[in-house]
Amino acid sequence: MAFALTSEREQQVDDILTRYPEHRASLLPVLWMCQRQNGWISPEVVDYVSQRLDLSTAIVRGVVTFYTMFFDQPVGENVIWVCRTLSCDLRGGKAIQDHLEGKLGCGAGHTSSDGKFTLLKAECLAACGQAPMVQINDYYYENLDVELLDQIIDAHAIRGAEAAAREFSTHATFGAPSKAPRSAPPPPPSAEAVRVASQPPPAPDSAGDES
Amino acid sequence: MSAAPTPLLTTRYGIAESWKLVNAERAGAYKVAKRALTSIEPAKLKEEVKKANIRGRGGAGFPAGVKWGFLNPGPGEQVYLVINADESEPGTFKDRSIMDLDPHRLVEGAIISCYAIGSHVAYIYVRGELVFSVERLEEAIAEARQAGYLGDRPFGIDHKIEIYVHSGAGAYICGEETALLNSLEGRRGEPRLKPPFPAVKGAFGMPTIVNNVETIAAVPDIIEMGGDAWSSLGRLPGDGGVRLYGVSGHVKNPGLFEAPVGITMRELIYDYAGGILGDRPLKAVIPGGSSTPVLDPRRLVNAPKEDQPLHAWHGQSEIDVPMGVDTYRALGTMLGTCCAIVMDDTVNMVEACRNLMRFYKHESCGQCTPCREGTGWLVDVLDNLCAGRGKPEDVDLLVEISNNMMGNTICAFADGTAMPMLGLVQKFREEFVEAARNGLPADVRHDDSVRSIVERVA
Repeated sequence: MAFALTSEREQQVDDILTRYPEHRASLLPVLWMCQRQNGWISPEVVDYVSQRLDLSTAIVRGVVTFYTMFFDQPVGENVIWVCRTLSCDLRGGKAIQDHLEGKLGCGAGHTSSDGKFTLLKAECLAACGQAPMVQINDYYYENLDVELLDQIIDAHAIRGAEAAAREFSTHATFGAPSKAPRSAPPPPPSAEAVRVASQPPPAPDSAGDES
Repeated sequence: MSAAPTPLLTTRYGIAESWKLVNAERAGAYKVAKRALTSIEPAKLKEEVKKANIRGRGGAGFPAGVKWGFLNPGPGEQVYLVINADESEPGTFKDRSIMDLDPHRLVEGAIISCYAIGSHVAYIYVRGELVFSVERLEEAIAEARQAGYLGDRPFGIDHKIEIYVHSGAGAYICGEETALLNSLEGRRGEPRLKPPFPAVKGAFGMPTIVNNVETIAAVPDIIEMGGDAWSSLGRLPGDGGVRLYGVSGHVKNPGLFEAPVGITMRELIYDYAGGILGDRPLKAVIPGGSSTPVLDPRRLVNAPKEDQPLHAWHGQSEIDVPMGVDTYRALGTMLGTCCAIVMDDTVNMVEACRNLMRFYKHESCGQCTPCREGTGWLVDVLDNLCAGRGKPEDVDLLVEISNNMMGNTICAFADGTAMPMLGLVQKFREEFVEAARNGLPADVRHDDSVRSIVERVA
């Protein structure tokens, strides 16, 4: 079946086209909109985008396959990216992945049998100071332990992605969940953690070891 | 000469709803932009940024003021400012805090920078994962436009400025400036040959300045204080100001800290980040993102001659050298993004190395053969070592592959892979040799301190 963006999104495409001197530059934003609507970049989406932006399907496919976040296969209702690069692994990234594989009953790269979760390994998601962490759909969940992770996954399954993000996502607080769902005190938000060296610059000859 | 009695970059982080214009403005946002656009000549603004000695905060450490000086647009050429928010170097997590907690600082910096370099359009290229940061930025841009700080006549002057946010889609290589430009133009994120450099031929074939988020976010402070005063906040010559430091890995208090340029790694780990988890010994630290060669605290600076740049620290540990672009280069590593990955004595360096090389294998764009094949080979050899299938000559093979990657590709990605690889083998060779003989110990990297965090085992 042919794919088309909703009329509201079509208007957004018109607006996006004005942002760049070349229409090809709208390719990534338009692909993002299509994936938001369709869940993945199906062959029909590729056809639609190539016609809308007057590009060959080979060019569109070439871009889709280059970027990790464009799905050229269908995915589950929620997509979980587990960061497995060094900083997260040093703080238990592998334990987080193992726990998710057990809980969801599927390995990384696969979708749970109820279709609710696709589990993927991610390379560095740039939240190293709040490791270990996962990204679920559009949001980051940081400073994880398995208990908190269970609450987050259950919230997605039962109450839906938006409600889960409102309660547990750590973007707005940069590291600490907006509520404190755990019994243990949550880590301080980074606003407090950000400390500034207030002492004046030392003389050059003492700029070495001070501690 | 003034000290930094208060935070600069992070000064608004703690304010309630700091991302809203009304709150940011109450705390001083856009005052400098208004003054700059209405009463300061662009050439003077450029001059102050040059005097500030701000070394690019994205990792390469190129002086931003010098980069701006490369612009020489021909008649009819449009100048673009592109802000690199594709933060994805393993260990690095500073730029998101600016976008999430003080987006108006970035917008204000972009307005001043656009005016200074004669640009009418800025694109902020944000990594695709950061949907939330994109929303924050777009809200901030909309508010600034509403207030008349952006658009056809920002602050009433005749210099149109528009800022657009462009989302990536998951590719580390798009942090490389020419790959980023290709991605901005709707292409695969494959780096371009240089020259021409972006300042001559960048986005859409036009002269373009590509700067990191933190660099642009520092511009309002530089203009407010004056370049010289801002520069003198740093402790090192030719490397000015304050910057964001990150610490991740095995420390008690991982996170972000704002401090002057030139604190030592020992200060960062022990004074700022609270020391090593469980008070274990520090084994190694990757100083500024995974592409920067590892530091070994057991190693002492060897600079006996007075004309050597590190002579002042001769005989001291590597981690006691002040963190600066030039000092770290002299140390045989790089300052990078100033976000350190700290490893305690439970870490097996071969396993850590394999983790990082898997990252590079995954992220190599595949354009150049030495990089595409080399990263894969490194992982294959390291997999063999880790699985106990290694041979003694494999350690030298890792070195040989790395040497064949260095300098043989279009962009610096291959060097960024080979340098940390060589650094690890050079400084922890005995562990690689041991792994080649006997594989990895069974309990590697499953120490109790980490398990207690993740699995809540007391």
